[in-house]
Formats: sequence, structure tokens, C-alpha cells
Amino acid sequence: MNDTIVQVTGLTKKFKDFTAVDNITFSVPKGEIFAFLGPNGAGKTTTIKMLTTLLLPTSGTILVNGHNAVTDQHDVRKSFGIVFQDPSLEDELTTYENMEFHGVLYSIPKEERKIRIKSLLTFVELWDRKDSLVKTFSGGMKRRLEIARGLLHHPKIFFLDEPTQGLDPQTRNHIWSYLKNLSSKEGITIFFTTHYLEEAQEYADRIAIMDHGHIVTEGTLKTLLKQTKKATLEEAFLSLTGNDIREESASGIDALRRHRQMRGR
Amino acid sequence: MNAIYILWLRELKRYFRSRSRMIGSLGQPLLFLLALGFGLGPIFQKAGQGSYFQFLGPGVICMSILFTAIFSGIQVIWDKQFGFLKETLVAPIPRLHIMLGKTLGGATIATFQGIVVFFLAVLFGFRPELTLLPLTVLYMLLVAVFFTGLGITIASLLEDINGFQIIMNFLVQPLFFLSGALFPLNNLPKAISIVTSFDPLTYGVDGIRGTLIGVSHFGLMLDFITLVVLTLCVLTIGAYFFSKIQI
Ligand SMILES: Nc1ncnc2c1ncn2[C@@H]1O[C@H](COP(=O)(O)OP(=O)(O)OP(=O)(O)O)[C@@H](O)[C@H]1O
Ligand SMILES: [Mg+2]
Repeated sequence: MNDTIVQVTGLTKKFKDFTAVDNITFSVPKGEIFAFLGPNGAGKTTTIKMLTTLLLPTSGTILVNGHNAVTDQHDVRKSFGIVFQDPSLEDELTTYENMEFHGVLYSIPKEERKIRIKSLLTFVELWDRKDSLVKTFSGGMKRRLEIARGLLHHPKIFFLDEPTQGLDPQTRNHIWSYLKNLSSKEGITIFFTTHYLEEAQEYADRIAIMDHGHIVTEGTLKTLLKQTKKATLEEAFLSLTGNDIREESASGIDALRRHRQMRGR
Repeated sequence: MNAIYILWLRELKRYFRSRSRMIGSLGQPLLFLLALGFGLGPIFQKAGQGSYFQFLGPGVICMSILFTAIFSGIQVIWDKQFGFLKETLVAPIPRLHIMLGKTLGGATIATFQGIVVFFLAVLFGFRPELTLLPLTVLYMLLVAVFFTGLGITIASLLEDINGFQIIMNFLVQPLFFLSGALFPLNNLPKAISIVTSFDPLTYGVDGIRGTLIGVSHFGLMLDFITLVVLTLCVLTIGAYFFSKIQI
């Protein structure tokens, strides 16, 4: 139990009569890179929102770093960092101001804050852009800044909801080298979603595949390939989730998100 | 405490960095001030009510505070849709502090906007009494906090920006037109008189007018108490709904 950082039991989320997440149970071992995969509308983001206290579950229990995500939100919030699927930076603030804002919200003492901001911005190669307004940034730069920001308060677990979506291969490689680095040097648990299955294949220690609110399978790449008798994760994924395109009941936010993506974030 | 400060600061930076918003929101009050102020002046004078421009000045100041404040509060809907609110909601700070930081930020901007309109009015010939000026600012702040709080409360309850136009047309416009910002409250038909007395802005207009040109319908004390009580109510209700936001 001590080696588990996320423990989810019987988790369900209903939106009116639609069940987005249906009685899922899984756990994530400390220090692992955990890929949470699934087709559009599978319920990945909804699950992450519940793990990160943004949404209340309809039923089930969630423990993050040993704290209950419903009754003990404060301690859960201190434990994780997150990069949301949608951009969540303040465009009218500079790089540094966005970091500073985060540091103050998480009560990081001033001196430590300064040092930490500098080292993280250097890490994601944005230190020389620290005084630029975020609205002048490309999608890749924003994503790197969000990663740096999410790490500022030394989270035990880092949630990344499609961190590399819409980015070019260079930037994606970059981001993955940061994440890989973090995981091996600092032992941070990384919980990510992606539609680029080769990322999961290459970097994840463990993979869970979700579809229609259920977890269809969970295990290491090896066991998944063995179970499905396929050569690549992509083939395994398709054989587990079928070839149908998902009909998304586009909520207002989904429509807006797509619109923003088309305009290039 | 620091969290409240940094949230307040963010609102201010946003505001002062988007000049167009600042200048845009001066248009409407200025139009009212000049068109109505000079247009209706002669009739007002003939009716023996004195200078309409003097009378209207405080009303237009209130107008700019009302619109800026509500708009600042309602921006929470955009924050909800465009992500930045999530960043604050997952932070380990009480939701009450987030709500207070945003409210104070919006209220500061609205008060500032009111002061700008005050100076514009003076520029065009408004001649206030200066003795009670600090009290004027106090009333302005109260109006600003109340309406920012109201805006945030509404934003907490709305799913998306589609409801925004309804709020503007069926809440904010009536609040303004029924407040006595544009006409004196004495000798009104009974029905209108009752409606105006239920409009929170009425007490703001009355207080600000009272301190600026020495004409007050309810008396400065009643205005003050009403505004304080209403503001505390709105903050309590707003904090409750804000704490229930899920995204
Ligand atoms: N607030 C909401 N109200 C109603 N339905 C919702 C809401 N949020 C999500 N859904 C629905 O729940 C389902 C799961 O959505 P979710 O965003 O979790 O999917 P996802 O796995 O993250 O998909 P994607 O890969 O497209 O990001 C979808 O059908 C979505 O339309
Ligand atoms: Mg998603």
C-alpha cells in the first residue's frame, strides 16, 4: 500500500443519465510512468478531473498520495501537479508572472520561489523568454511553461492530460526527455494520457486502456502485447477498442476546444 | 492572505494591460453624460430642478462602476471555459480566498473606472463639493464590491457564456435604469418608486450623489447601512456558490 500513489476503487461519474466513468478500479505504483489511454470520449479527462478534485465522483473512492480526494482535498491538492488538456495559462501575464502566481498560490517561500522558478524555466528552455507575455507564445512554448509551472511546488505525482497534443515531433521529443529525466532523477510519478501511442509504447512502465467509461485492460507493454498477440501497442489498442470512430456528444466545452485547436491553440 | 493578494494583482494587471477594454468602457458613460446631460438640461432647468448635468454626474459615475464591476465578475465564466480558473481551483487554498481575491480585484478596477469618469465629468463642467470626497470613494468601493460579487455569483451558476446577454438585458440594464441614476426619486409614481427602492444601485447612486452634490433622497446613513448589508449578503452567497463550482 505504501508503494501506491493513486488508488482508485469503484469510481463512477454520471452526467445526468450519461455514465462517463463506469465503476473503474486501478492503482498506480509510486515512481512509475503510467499511460492512461483510450479513444476520444473514453472518460480519461473526466477521471483525471476527479483525481485532481475538480469534479466530485458520483460514487467510489480515490486516494492520492494516501489522501482522500473528496474529504481531504487540501492535502490531495498539495500532492499533485497538473498539465490540463486545455491551455490554462494567463495570456496577459508574462512567463515569470505565471510562475510567480503559481508559487504564491502554493505558498512557496520567496527566496526558494526565485531559485526554483529560474531552474525550472531553464530546464524547459524558457528562461530567456521570462518577460514575454504568454499570449505571444507558440503552442509548444505554452506547453513547456505549463510543465515547468506544474512542477514548481515539488509534486509527488504529475498528471499530464495530452501534454504533447498538437505539437511537432521536435517539441514532443523535448518534452519527453524532460519527463523521462524527472522520473529517473526525482522519482516523480508521471500519469499521462496521449493519442500518440508510440509515446506510451516507448516511455510508459505501465499502461491502462479505457473505453466507454470502462478500463479494458491494464498492465505492462509486454503483457498487453502478449494478451492481444500483437506486435505494436497501436495494434493492441485497436484490437481492444475496435475500429469505430467515437461519436462524441459534443458539449459546449468540447466544441469550443475543437474550435481553439483548429485555430492553433 | 498572499493568495488573495496575487489574485487581486492578476485582475489589475489584466485590466491595465488591455487598454482597449479600459477605453471601450468609457464610451457609454461619456455618451450618457454628454448626450443626456446637455440634451435634457434645458427641460430639467425649466422644471425648476436646477442643473441636470450636476444631477447626472454621480449617476453616470455609478453606471460605469456597475458595468465594469458586473463585467469583471462575469469574466469568471470565461476563466471557466478558457482554463485559467482550473489552475486556481486545484491549488491548496480555500475557495473563499479565491473568490475574495477576484472580487477585490474586480472592485478595485471598477472603482478606478468610476474615478476616471469623475474626472471626465469635471472636465466637461461637473462641479462637485470636495469636502466629502473620501466618503464618495467609500460608497464607490461598496457599489463596486457588491456588483463584482454579484457578477461572480452569477458566473458561478452559469454553464457558459450563452446566458451572458440575458443577464445584461434583464438584470444589469434594469438595475441601471431603475436606480435613480437618471432621474430624481421624489414625486415618482408609486409603482416605480417601490421598484427603485428594491434596486441596490439606488442606494449607491444616492450615497455618491449625496456626498458629491449634497442631494440625498434616503440620507447618507441609510444608504451606507443598506450597501454594507447587501454587500455582506452577496459575498456570503457568492462564496457559497463559488465553492460549489465543478469543471
Ligand atoms: N460536463 C460534462 N457534461 C456532460 N458530459 C460530459 C461532461 N464532461 C465530459 N462529458 C462526456 O463524458 C465523456 C468522456 O469525456 P472525457 O473528456 O473524459 O473523454 P476523454 O477520454 O478525455 O476524451 P478525449 O480523448 O477526446 O479528450 C464524453 O462523452 C463527454 O462528452
Ligand atoms: Mg480528454
